[in-house]
Amino acid sequence: MTISIPPVNEGDSIKLQPKGFLRYFSFSLDHKVIGLQYLVCGFLFYLIGGVLAGAIRIELTSPISDFMARDVYNQVLTLHGTIMIFLWIVPVVNGAFGNYLIPFYVGARDMAFPRLNAVAFWMIPPAGLLLISSYFINGAAESGWTAYPPLSITTPAAGQLIWIFSVLLLGGSSIFGGINFIATILKLRRPGLRLMNLPMYCWAMLGTSILVVLSTPVLAGTLVLLSFDIVAHTGFFNPALGGNVVVYQHLFWFYSHPAVYIMVLPAFGLVSEILPVHCRKPLFGYTTMVYSIMAIVVLGFVVWAHHMFTSGTPPWMRLFFTIATSFIAVPTGIKFFNWVATLWGGRISLNSAVLFSCGFIINFVLGGITGVALAQVPFDIHVHDTYFVVAHFHYIVYGGSVFVIFSSIYHWYPKFTGKLLNENLGRIHFLLTFIGFNLCFAPQHWLGLNGMPRRVAEYDPQFTLVNQISSAGALLMAISTLPFLWNVFYSAFKGTIAGDNPWQALTPEWLTSSPPPIENWEGSAPLVTKPYGYGLDPKAIKNESTENIEEEI
Amino acid sequence: MTILTQSSDSKPEVQTNQEEEEEHGDHRMFGLATFLVADGMTFAGFFAAYLTYKAVNPLLPDSIYELELALPALNTILLLVSSATFHRAGQALKRNDSKICQRWLLLTAGLGLAFLASQMVEYFTLPFGLTDNVYASTFYALTGFHGLHVSLGAIMISIVCWQARSPNGRITNKNTFPLEAAELYWHFVDGIWVILFIILYLL
Amino acid sequence: MPKSSAPLIIGLIIALVVGGILIGENINLLPVDASSNATVYDELFKVLFSIGTILFLGIVGLVIYSLIRFRRKPGQIGDGLAIEDNLPLEIFWTAVPTIVILFVGLYSYDIYDRMGGMQSLQHANHNSQQMAANQRIWGGIGSGSISANNMEGKVGALPVEVTAMQFAFLFHYPKGDILTGELHVPVGEPVSLRMESKDVIHAFWVPEFRIKQDVIPGQPTILNFTPTKPGRYPIICAELCGPYHGGMRSTVVVEESNDYQTWFEKNSKDITTQT
Repeated sequence: MTISIPPVNEGDSIKLQPKGFLRYFSFSLDHKVIGLQYLVCGFLFYLIGGVLAGAIRIELTSPISDFMARDVYNQVLTLHGTIMIFLWIVPVVNGAFGNYLIPFYVGARDMAFPRLNAVAFWMIPPAGLLLISSYFINGAAESGWTAYPPLSITTPAAGQLIWIFSVLLLGGSSIFGGINFIATILKLRRPGLRLMNLPMYCWAMLGTSILVVLSTPVLAGTLVLLSFDIVAHTGFFNPALGGNVVVYQHLFWFYSHPAVYIMVLPAFGLVSEILPVHCRKPLFGYTTMVYSIMAIVVLGFVVWAHHMFTSGTPPWMRLFFTIATSFIAVPTGIKFFNWVATLWGGRISLNSAVLFSCGFIINFVLGGITGVALAQVPFDIHVHDTYFVVAHFHYIVYGGSVFVIFSSIYHWYPKFTGKLLNENLGRIHFLLTFIGFNLCFAPQHWLGLNGMPRRVAEYDPQFTLVNQISSAGALLMAISTLPFLWNVFYSAFKGTIAGDNPWQALTPEWLTSSPPPIENWEGSAPLVTKPYGYGLDPKAIKNESTENIEEEI
Repeated sequence: MTILTQSSDSKPEVQTNQEEEEEHGDHRMFGLATFLVADGMTFAGFFAAYLTYKAVNPLLPDSIYELELALPALNTILLLVSSATFHRAGQALKRNDSKICQRWLLLTAGLGLAFLASQMVEYFTLPFGLTDNVYASTFYALTGFHGLHVSLGAIMISIVCWQARSPNGRITNKNTFPLEAAELYWHFVDGIWVILFIILYLL
Repeated sequence: MPKSSAPLIIGLIIALVVGGILIGENINLLPVDASSNATVYDELFKVLFSIGTILFLGIVGLVIYSLIRFRRKPGQIGDGLAIEDNLPLEIFWTAVPTIVILFVGLYSYDIYDRMGGMQSLQHANHNSQQMAANQRIWGGIGSGSISANNMEGKVGALPVEVTAMQFAFLFHYPKGDILTGELHVPVGEPVSLRMESKDVIHAFWVPEFRIKQDVIPGQPTILNFTPTKPGRYPIICAELCGPYHGGMRSTVVVEESNDYQTWFEKNSKDITTQT
């Protein structure tokens, strides 16, 4: 262990970076700093998106449009969707945890392209600020995050163009990140580390990055065409010039369905990291988990038109996409059974990380079941574009991805800061979020089935009560953020010292100090070929020091 | 290293290794290739849109799209030849013959500019404008996006050419990355043109 | 797993399946079924609801049971069971979703076919005034086998032309040249809507009929249905179409034949059809 630290590609410039707290505001090339920049920046946008969601829920407590002007309502829902997807979930599940963890997992000192990595992050804050500022300039885009033409062409152009520009920036950032992850995972692995030794999150990020690199450019191209239609009055999506509005939907969903997996696959990976540590068990069915991720990636490219069952698609197409979409349930189901099997027979510490992970499993199973139902054309033609769909995808992206983000924060906060988060506050946070979330979104299934379309500011008065219940749930969700924020700030200063490896975890990021040194390990990177080797050798356990485990219980 | 004793399995799994200190290779070409795959997907989206329009949208009245083949065919030849000349430039650099390398690069850039000029001539002789109808719009979007790539390539070649000006310049047979990167990009742009030519003009 | 627990597990699984089916059959989450499509749809819904309930309760039950049964008790140290893999189990839980999916897929195909989704759309009675260039119909639901049965011995479906615009639906009856903002249809007779939008994309949705079809500018779509219960049902625009999207609603009035005939004659401008 006396080997000197070898410089990475741009090691010299890393040493020139600012130290201390300031480095989080700098063009840092350190993957850990960039990861935390992604996380905090994403969380700030989450708070903004949450305020917008609150505005929507306040408007919907009464069946008439009374809280804000109708066009403002459409701007709010557009911003809410865009911010939550492009500025919160995608950057956090990919950028934040990916940047922080992947170099550890492959045994590298940084990402393959540190400078590109920093550029990718620094594209996000300006894009996000631009997007939000469009509301104050001339009104934000008001055609939903899907921006279907001709609506997006006929609504005020300034807001729509700013929206397009921001999404292009965010898409570019996402592509750069994806390239970096693929190169890091495939090319930067430490000698001796085989692909099938990698922690599951690496596989999830590899799959996700393939989706990002192959699908995001199509969205970018489509949005450029849309902007031409707005600015230069070209005819891509203008029926009067022979254009075709459904072509936009095909191109848009060719990205935006994989985007669902871009938000969810990394979450799957993170859960696969968290559960084995706190259950003290190996991840069940590693090999099938890897294959099911890859199956989801492949299938993810051939299911997009299930968003268009009512858009005027020919019957054969509806049939094909129904079948393809349904079959995504198979690899996804495998993953869920494997997680349950990981829980089975474990020594589960019921801490906040595990609670949020299990909350994710429960929510996502419901979202997955409604997803399979929505894939069936005859079922979908009734509930398409209704609150049933709203409920479904919030179960996927909030109940799924956001729960995992919170779980991951509880799990890796000790690594980020060297302090433990307060368990009691964490459990209160979990309870409030879980109850609030289900109270908010479960009733929306019924609303959709009974005739409430999505994206409306006014609705049939018979739905008032259920909408008010839903808004009450949203209020609980908003309140749930408070103990979390307090916990994060309080623990950063006064939290219990965590030690380097409070969870006794075996994955490589825990085999260094907390927080880790600038190039991840003082010595050389450890070779971890069994990241989930819990309980494999009972004799070794007897010798272990158990203080930390005791504490955590 | 207290961690090692704490849990289960131990030394064969967690160990340090001398090999690790080998320097990581240069992965920039890999990164560029991945980026070009992404770029190619943008074109793929445009091609898919064009083919869909062609398959399902009826022609508007008064629109005939018999594109002249002579000029684009000449353009195809120009780009294919330029790929070959770029390859020769790379070979010259490996021999550390910067003069010859520069000559081939200049020729390549010239061919690229000739392509752009000939593309301009085609634009000005076409019977339709950008906003006439969806075919016109798609035609200009596809060829324009490709032309943008060619222009970028020409600029890149000029920079590479300047950097390779002498055996002591930035680009030598020891540092071939900028030239190789530009070459890979140029071949990519040529490949896209061949597909574009087949889809837009021949089909 | 000890052998003695096998009957308990089998019992639990049976209880779960029976419970799921009972819940799916008996809890109604849907509004009135007022078209021939709706009854078929509700059949599918019950099956999906039952399967979904069984899977959801099963998995949630397993998770909660594991969390309680395998939680770390105070003073307990050491790791859990080091089981990394179990091929028969993996095969089992790959097979189960596959079989469920295949069943659901085949079943929903059957349902879709019965709704008329797989029928050719060109068949509807709207080919009279349209230009050749616009003949291509872009989707929707063709007249299903059920309405075909109803049509035996009768004239074809009642054609209505629907025009959607910001923020209203207009209905035009070619037979009597009636233009109205409220759709009137006779109960028990097939109706065929030919829909086109004047500006942006809208969607025609009648929750009580369980049908929805986007109304697209430049591309006509077709929607066929047979109302089965008299009443007034909302027509809702389900595709974001602008600031007043939430207010873009209309009504479909399903009437007994006599009432419909009265309405038709009162509004008809074409005297020849009034015989």
